[in-house]
Amino acid sequence: MLEVLFIGLSLGSILLLVALGLAITYGAMGVINMAHGEMVMVGAYVTVLSGLWLGTNIFVAIPLAFIVTALLGLLIERIVVRKLYGRLLDTLLATWGVAILIQQAVRLEFGLTFFGMHIQGLGPGLQNVDVPGILQGTLHIAGVDINRYRTFIILVTAVLTLATWFLLYRTVAGTQVRAIIRNSKMAAACGIDVERVNALTFAFGSGLAGVAGVMMSGFKTVFPDMGTSMVVDGFLVVVMGGVGSLLGSVLSAGILGEINGVVAAGTNDILARAVVFGVVIAIIILKPKGLFALKGR
Amino acid sequence: MAVDRRKFLKGGALAGGALITSPWVFSTGAHAAGEIKVGVLFSLTGGLSIVEKSLHDATMMAISEINAAGGVKGMKIAAIAEDGASDPKTYNEKASKLVIQDRVPTVFGSYTSASRKAVLPVFEKRNNLYFYPTYYEGFECSKNVVYTGAVPNQQLSNFIPWIIKTLGKKKFFIVGSNYIYPREMAKVSKILIEKNGGEWIADEYLELGHSEWGSMVNKIKNSGCDVVLSNVVGDSVIAFYREYKNQGLTHDKLPICATVTSEIEIAAMGADYAVGSYTSFPYFQAIDTDRNKAFVERYRAFVKDPKAVTHHALESSYFQVFLWKQAVEKAAEVTPTAIREAVKGQEFDAPNGHVKIEAENLHAYLTPRIAQWQPDGQGKIIDAYKEPVMPLPYVAYGETPTNLFCTSKGLDAAKLKT
Repeated sequence: MLEVLFIGLSLGSILLLVALGLAITYGAMGVINMAHGEMVMVGAYVTVLSGLWLGTNIFVAIPLAFIVTALLGLLIERIVVRKLYGRLLDTLLATWGVAILIQQAVRLEFGLTFFGMHIQGLGPGLQNVDVPGILQGTLHIAGVDINRYRTFIILVTAVLTLATWFLLYRTVAGTQVRAIIRNSKMAAACGIDVERVNALTFAFGSGLAGVAGVMMSGFKTVFPDMGTSMVVDGFLVVVMGGVGSLLGSVLSAGILGEINGVVAAGTNDILARAVVFGVVIAIIILKPKGLFALKGR
Repeated sequence: MAVDRRKFLKGGALAGGALITSPWVFSTGAHAAGEIKVGVLFSLTGGLSIVEKSLHDATMMAISEINAAGGVKGMKIAAIAEDGASDPKTYNEKASKLVIQDRVPTVFGSYTSASRKAVLPVFEKRNNLYFYPTYYEGFECSKNVVYTGAVPNQQLSNFIPWIIKTLGKKKFFIVGSNYIYPREMAKVSKILIEKNGGEWIADEYLELGHSEWGSMVNKIKNSGCDVVLSNVVGDSVIAFYREYKNQGLTHDKLPICATVTSEIEIAAMGADYAVGSYTSFPYFQAIDTDRNKAFVERYRAFVKDPKAVTHHALESSYFQVFLWKQAVEKAAEVTPTAIREAVKGQEFDAPNGHVKIEAENLHAYLTPRIAQWQPDGQGKIIDAYKEPVMPLPYVAYGETPTNLFCTSKGLDAAKLKT
């Protein structure tokens, strides 16, 4: 039973890892960022490329991927998202387009394939990420085998969640972000530079997705479409947890992960997924604003 | 434009007529100006392009080699490549375009069963010819398709008895992706397991493309099985093997014996996750013959990637073009019907060894092999049939070499029921 709970916790941590960035871009800024999955994918490719070309391992890739995807996020915010604040459906379509562009850029190696050139580590194929030996296999503690890589993911997720909480609730910038979530016009009237804060928030959310990508690369498959399915799970978590609530996202990721783990252990994975979707539907019907809705004005 | 449209309509009407009148009315169009047009239909974009691009490349390589050696009957092969875009509907549209508009007498294509099923009506209705290079689940009998990949009996008939007798493993945990191929493979496996005195204790599936294996591997760990038979396909394979090791399972105690894990997946997961596990295929890159080594070298030069890997479906994509060439040379005219009749019994020395097309069901004789994965990402072949095995697409339903369900007359549906 302990093993099942651990797997549930691990599933939850993976959900949260992807949802954390979304909780900020969707929750705080009201942007349905369909390109979020592609940020995860870019993060994974940063791991692949840094391993191939710089010879560095997965630990180095974490800050690297954060920087790369945060800059990419900043760029997308400047060029596309900035023009679309307050137009929820338009952000969905526009960022979906951005997602396809990013995917194809990776698949076509930034267009170089047309000229017969090949960059190792890009292209439509599956990519390999070397996982350091210390993260492979199990950790033997008190007679229990603990999955090292999953433990690593849980730790990284916990650190990122704490860091996000600290930034949002204990810094001046975070206070400004929360002010914008509640009422952006009032925040602007109080002298907060809404445009600048929004841009940085979007970049931070994208950076978190990049780190998620690094973590995924070590135990899932790296290929151009990998992010598409993850973004759906991410939205499930954010919507169920309540838009704009960090605590809500943490709890809903945990709940969904455990439900998935326990049902899968009792029956099978296919049914478990159906149950997870069923729970989310039920919660959205009963509490349309999610578990922890902010009372915004 | 008007001419095109008229041609198109005429083509459609006449192709319909070709079903009844056996002479192929477009034979003049098909090899005008000293060339034979053929269709090449694989996904060059979308999720499946990962594998299908390599099948496309192998087909093109075979065509360019044949052209460099003088072509077929003195005519060059002109390949019309189309992109199936990983989408069965697109496959159907592109197949129609190749058959009706380009009037090709043959199309080489498809990786997934879904895409093959999607184009099947086009080829059967227009009485055209499709060459399909992938291992698949069997249960199909079409006189318009030549199948050059393995069917279940060619992957499992030596594998299961070998696991039970040589490895000494008796309790099977069968795991697969949730769609037709793994389910049919499981069906054949169960028959073979029971026949050889083993038992299967679970038969579990995970969504296609799903890569969260935590629960499943935990289940395998606690099931008490002593061998895992994997029919998992695609990118899920990588996550599966990684999770397997990460939960502390090892291939020397509890080996994964797979039917789909090929050189591509091994390269992507990192060889250390698969070391010691087994796969059954008629072809491995590691086959130690000069012919195969030269083939691998030529392929790497062709795709300009010194590290490119070759695999079973890729090799079939390559040799089936040569079988087709021999059939065209034998046939009196370049029409689908004539090529089909001529391809029956055609033999060729492929990189994997000798292959032959069975005249009755148009499937290929292939040599089953079992390989154990090594730290360098290559399979070490530890067991192989002495000679190619007859293809039996209905083996799960009781087909035997002396009692064929699928013959040149079509499927004998009465046998399926008993």
